Amino acid sequence: MSVDLETVRRVAHLARIKVGDDEAVRLQDELNAILGFVEQLNEVDVDGVAPMTAAVDASLRRRVDEVTDGGNPERVLANAPAADDGFFVVPKVVE
Amino acid sequence: MSALTDLTIAEARDKLAAKEIRATELTEAYLTAIEASDLNAFITVTPERAHEMAEASDTRLAAGTGRALEGIPLGIKDLFCTEGVRTTAGSKILGNFTPTYESTVTQNLWDAGAVLLGKLNLDEFAMGSSNETSAFGPVLNPWGENLVPGGSSGGSAAAVAAHLCAGATGTDTGGSIRQPAALTATVGIKPTYGRCSRWGIVAFASSLDQAGPIARTVKDAAILLREMASLDLKDSTSVDRPVPDYEAALEGGVKGKRIGIPKEYRVDPMPPALDALWQQGIDWLKDAGAEIVPVSLPHTKYALAAYYIVAPAEASSNLARYDGVRYGLRVEGDDIIGMYEATRAAGFGDEVKRRILIGTYVLSAGYYDAYYLRAQKVRSLIARDFNRAFEKDIDALLTPTAPGPAFSIGGKPDPVEMYLNDVFTVPVNMAGLPGISVPAGLSETGLPLGLQLIGRPFEEDGLMPIARVIEEAAGHFQPPAR
Repeated sequence: MSVDLETVRRVAHLARIKVGDDEAVRLQDELNAILGFVEQLNEVDVDGVAPMTAAVDASLRRRVDEVTDGGNPERVLANAPAADDGFFVVPKVVE
Repeated sequence: MSALTDLTIAEARDKLAAKEIRATELTEAYLTAIEASDLNAFITVTPERAHEMAEASDTRLAAGTGRALEGIPLGIKDLFCTEGVRTTAGSKILGNFTPTYESTVTQNLWDAGAVLLGKLNLDEFAMGSSNETSAFGPVLNPWGENLVPGGSSGGSAAAVAAHLCAGATGTDTGGSIRQPAALTATVGIKPTYGRCSRWGIVAFASSLDQAGPIARTVKDAAILLREMASLDLKDSTSVDRPVPDYEAALEGGVKGKRIGIPKEYRVDPMPPALDALWQQGIDWLKDAGAEIVPVSLPHTKYALAAYYIVAPAEASSNLARYDGVRYGLRVEGDDIIGMYEATRAAGFGDEVKRRILIGTYVLSAGYYDAYYLRAQKVRSLIARDFNRAFEKDIDALLTPTAPGPAFSIGGKPDPVEMYLNDVFTVPVNMAGLPGISVPAGLSETGLPLGLQLIGRPFEEDGLMPIARVIEEAAGHFQPPAR
């Protein structure tokens, strides 16, 4: 499988990365090289094989349902590009 | 007496405990060495923090209450969040991000008395095998002019090799500790998935990422790993198992151990020096009393391809958080989507963008089964190959660490060619196993080559005596004086 320019643009938009015209052409070549490389997986017989979902056999621990952290709005906001009155500030999203 | 910076961690620890040297003078010696270095190994140096920590260590040492790493100056890969110290992940998108919390692994090190010298350079978001994708410029390998140190923990490996720190932390998603260790003649351990907490480490591919040490000797790596590893309730994948005394396991020898040699770890063409090095490693272990057993890991050749689906898929999800809202860079746009797109376009470098796009594509509607699900099934087969080998009472597998020595900056412009650097290390991450790279020899051009040992899950201690035998047989390798 290979991607066309329109697919590159669509995927870039899904990933929320703006790409220019020249960049999209370059990315198309690079993505196709990588997709060509991973094509070899089609040779593998995976019938009846379960997908791997955990790197190590271990069941997840459960913990007591209680608050262990929080109450630090200043620390949460400390690195925000824009913050006001205990909130993150973003461009207007509702007219 | 040789320079203070030439002391290994084990030697420095003993001299500090015996009050032959002080933590403050050891730290000062490293800060001076960093200042004089032109390797670009550090992104941020923290002299004030280092002095404070070293003074506190001297107080403890004087009182006889020194801890396991009291006064040992370390470098920290700039992927570990450090409270109050800027953390960049080698990216522009994090801007001046200064964490308000400390990663568990680094907190463990400070609780053991270690001293922070600074934050080490790396490939952007740990995506790379040469340290060339860092937004803070490439790191130079002390072994030669204009050579890469490997990656992504390139700053860590170069700094340890050049004696700019006594030891360093790294992270390894597909080889990012072991490959740079091999390229700089240092020792690097990628522990079993879950052995070290991932909490507070900037995430790349969460099912593969694991922290580990890079050090000058197997013993130093063993000392560091013991302090880095812990159960951490803040990481649900961290394991509740006692942490062995890896240092005590060092001198066990290899008599009667069964070492598997996987025939599929032979690249075509196999560089003669690499072939000879591998055979040399086999002979060293055989001479020390190990039994050599040929094994087969038939799905090895598919590991890299499966990795380049699984890792970008997880990365595309993990890196969705860099949106210009909560931390880091923001570039304004016409609306909020425009702001996201402009921020991420300006903040991410080319390799990171490539991987996010590949990951987004393989997870997108209509392609998930063909790519991601298939890759996860192949991953099961890779893990099964290892299980079957270990079921035959194999104690460890011996392979080369990387397909070749350090290459020149700019020498591998093709992304897929760059990915091939990790051909021997990626399968280990895919299966979640522990691996260690030990310096074992030099190439025809006099550059370091490493051998990799792969162990059973959570049997890092079992790898230590085998690594030690290789280290003793191979001797130590020092980069030429610059």
